[in-house]
Amino acid sequence: MKPAPFRYVAARSVEQALQLKAEYGDEARFLAGGQSLVPTMNFRLTQPAVLIDINPLNELAGIRNGGDRLRIGALTRYRSLERDPTIERKLPLIHEALPHIAHPQIRNRGTIGGNLAHADPASEMPAIVLTLGGRLHAQSAKGERWIEARNFFVGALTTALEADEMLTEIELPVAPADSGACFLEMSRRRGDFAIIGVACTVRLDTQRRCVEARIGLCNAGDGPVFAEEASRSLLGKQIGEREIAEAAALVQGAIDPGGSIHASKEYQRHIAGVLTTRALTTADERARHER
Amino acid sequence: MSVDRHEITVTVNGTPYRRSVESRLLLSDFLRHDLLLAGTHVGCEHGVCGACTVIVDTAAVRSCLMFAAQADGLRITTVEGLAPDQDHLHPLQQSMRDCHGLQCGYCTPGILMTMKAFLDETPAPDEAQIREALSGNLCRCTGYQHIVEAMQLAAQRLRGSAT
Repeated sequence: MKPAPFRYVAARSVEQALQLKAEYGDEARFLAGGQSLVPTMNFRLTQPAVLIDINPLNELAGIRNGGDRLRIGALTRYRSLERDPTIERKLPLIHEALPHIAHPQIRNRGTIGGNLAHADPASEMPAIVLTLGGRLHAQSAKGERWIEARNFFVGALTTALEADEMLTEIELPVAPADSGACFLEMSRRRGDFAIIGVACTVRLDTQRRCVEARIGLCNAGDGPVFAEEASRSLLGKQIGEREIAEAAALVQGAIDPGGSIHASKEYQRHIAGVLTTRALTTADERARHER
Repeated sequence: MSVDRHEITVTVNGTPYRRSVESRLLLSDFLRHDLLLAGTHVGCEHGVCGACTVIVDTAAVRSCLMFAAQADGLRITTVEGLAPDQDHLHPLQQSMRDCHGLQCGYCTPGILMTMKAFLDETPAPDEAQIREALSGNLCRCTGYQHIVEAMQLAAQRLRGSAT
């Protein structure tokens, strides 16, 4: 199908884009990579009156190093993240997850900010940003603010962004040297939407006791899921088979997957347990290796 | 609502074109209907099948997920831009032919453009990398086996011609 008519504006500046958004509110949509928005427009599920193309705004793209935090511009394409050595070194969780995000052609256009603002519960990046405890920078014609990831994802395809706000930047804590991360996903075919995806990070002290653990999941509920209780259960312990089994069981209890024709809720819950076990085992090994 | 139109200048296969396009015109339809470059195929129109893949600057993208208005000032390569002349095929095309990498041919232009961008960046890929690069292109005829073989042959030929 073809999209319904709309007015197209190629933004000349962030200010102009924000001014238009303030004027048209929910009637206007920002066009970033377009890899989620345009399909819904082609199906006429989305019919914005105004499309504000932010692709010309180069200042919204790029990775900025700031010590123990990394800032990624909202318009940074997955293609750039995949090829960036800083991401591989400082955000290994993202580096490992990128090949699971759709297909090369989609990653060539798709942007991190567009993906996060779209807030698909099955999508990998919302779960990762939530797991890492990142924060998101929103800007409007009136001002700007930082939103913690745990407050940003409100529900399926719903974020805390107001009608006049644009997501401009994502800030993530760099992986500490004594930590290990792992991202695992199961899908029917590589690049398909996840049946379940698990992201985790583990940090160990010199006695190999867990000082920090974070476990998150995608396609496990109405939005990205942070498995808080399961993450906490590992604290102060050396991570062995029993601890991992306990955390996996807590994850299974914490999620509420929707089920589909491809995977029942029960199957998704089962897979969540299996992937949590494997991801924690690998993250722990990687953290030990770093020590 | 009056029709929202935009003047664009876009270079396709080395030729600059200046056109007025409606804002909702997809790049895929612009190439096929306005420029009469019907080698770019339209399959699903929602970014799943890969048949409409073209190269924008150096990256393979879905032309059904871009608007023609967005192509203003860009350089685009379509399947028509592969062969050096009327009598010769590009090594990618020749290899597809030699290895029986196509049957109905519907997915072929998208596969060729995906693999052109891929081999430009990865001249000596292994089989796993080829399969990963092909993952965004659906083919309902071949079972992919012969396409993978064709790409291994094409990579070899392209490396040969580069030296």
